[in-house]
Amino acid sequence: MSSAAAAVADIRDGASVMIGGFGTAGMPDELIDALIARGVGNLTIINNNAGNGETGVAALIKAGRVRKIICSFPRQSDSHHFDARYRAGEIELELVPQGNLAARIQAAGAGLGAIFTPTGYGTLLAEGKETREIDGKQYVLEHPIQADFALIKAHRGDRWGNLTYRKTARNFGPIMAMAAKCTIAQVAQIVPLGGIDPEIVVTPGIFVQRVVEIAPANATASA
Amino acid sequence: MQRLNREQMAARVAKDIPEGAYVNLGIGLPTMVANYLPTDKDIFLQSENGLLGMGPAPAKGEEDWELINAGKQAVTLLTGGCFFHHADSFAMMRGGHLDICVLGAFQVSVNGDLANWHTGEPGAIPAVGGAMDLAIGAKQTFVMMELLTKQGQSKLVESCTYPLTGLACVSRVYTDLAVFEVGAAGASVVEMVDGLSLDELQGLAGVPLRAAEGARN
Repeated sequence: MSSAAAAVADIRDGASVMIGGFGTAGMPDELIDALIARGVGNLTIINNNAGNGETGVAALIKAGRVRKIICSFPRQSDSHHFDARYRAGEIELELVPQGNLAARIQAAGAGLGAIFTPTGYGTLLAEGKETREIDGKQYVLEHPIQADFALIKAHRGDRWGNLTYRKTARNFGPIMAMAAKCTIAQVAQIVPLGGIDPEIVVTPGIFVQRVVEIAPANATASA
Repeated sequence: MQRLNREQMAARVAKDIPEGAYVNLGIGLPTMVANYLPTDKDIFLQSENGLLGMGPAPAKGEEDWELINAGKQAVTLLTGGCFFHHADSFAMMRGGHLDICVLGAFQVSVNGDLANWHTGEPGAIPAVGGAMDLAIGAKQTFVMMELLTKQGQSKLVESCTYPLTGLACVSRVYTDLAVFEVGAAGASVVEMVDGLSLDELQGLAGVPLRAAEGARN
C-alpha cells in the first residue's frame, strides 16, 4: 500500500478493529491517525489497554470514535481519555483477563468454536458463563473474538505479507493478524521477497492482507 | 519487634527462588524481588508481554520503548533471552511451565484464595491484566504484601471480601511480620520477625494460625 490513509480507506462506521500493542510498544500510531482522519466512528476496539497518554488508542478514544472496547487493563496512570468517557457512560467496556483475551483471539484465528479456560473460574469475570469440570479441574467456556480489521505494527515485511517484529512490540500482533478478516501491518521497512530468512518469519503472509511502510519517526519513542 | 521494610521483604522472597526457576514478578512491590536474586545463578524472569530472560533496567538515556516489562518500564534482555507473542506467553502460565509467580494482594484467605485486581467500590474502573492467568497458572503462587492495611486490618483473612482473582491458588504469603503457608489445611507460620510471638501474631492476623513444622523466628 502506498500510504496509511490508503490502507485504512475501507474501514467503515461500526467496524470491529483489533489494534496491536501493549501500552505504546507495538501500537500502530500512524494507522490509527489515518483511521481518525477518515472520520468513522462507532467502532469496537480490541486492544490490551484502553489508551496511554495522547497517542494511538488514546487518540481514537479522545476523538470519540470508540463505542466499545474489549481489553484487559484499561485503568492506568495515563488512561485519562478512557476514564473520562467511561465515567460519562459514553464507552462500553468488556473486561477480559489478558490470557483469555489472547486465547480468544487465537481461537478465532484458528477456527475454533470456543475454548475451555481455567482462568477466571469462580470470579466476577466468569459470572453467567458455562463451566465444566475436566479431569478434576474447573474451566470456563469462552468464545472467540474476531474482527473486521486488525491494525498491527511489525518491524520488517515483504510484499507477500511475511512479517518479523521488534522486541516486545510483537505482543498481540501475530495472533491478531490471524483473527481479522483484513490485517493491515505497518512496518518500519519493506524488504524484497527473500529479504526475510524463511526460518525466522514470525507471521506468514497468508495472515496479512496489506503492508504499508512507515519509517520510524525517531528511535526514542515516548513512554 | 523488627518489622521488615519493602527491600527486606523482597530479599526474603528472593531467598526462596531456586536456581533454574522460571519466575514471573507481578507489577509493583514484587518487581523489587529482581534486585535480590543471586547474579551467579540462572533464574529466568518471564514478563507477560512476551519476554523471557529479562534483565535489569537500562542506564538512563539507553531506554528502548519497544523493550519493556509488564509495568511498561524500560528493561533489558539478558544474553540468551528471547521474545514471543502473547498466546505463547500465557501458555507458559496456564500450561504450568512457569515455576513461580510473585503477586501483590489486597487479601489472601487462609485456604489460598487471592483478591488483588478490584476493590469492587462503586465508580472504580476495574483492570485485571494478567493477574488471573498468573494466579492459577504458575506451579506456585507467592504473595508479597504488608500483613496489615493502613487501618490495621489483617489482609490475611478467613474469606476474601474483595472480588476474587483465583480460588485456592496461593501457597505462600510473605509479609513484613511473618511468612505463612496457606492452603487446604489453613494458615501456618513458617517464620516470624524477631521479637514477635505466635500469640501476638495471631492477635494481629485475626485468623487461626499454627506453627509450621520447623518454624523459626
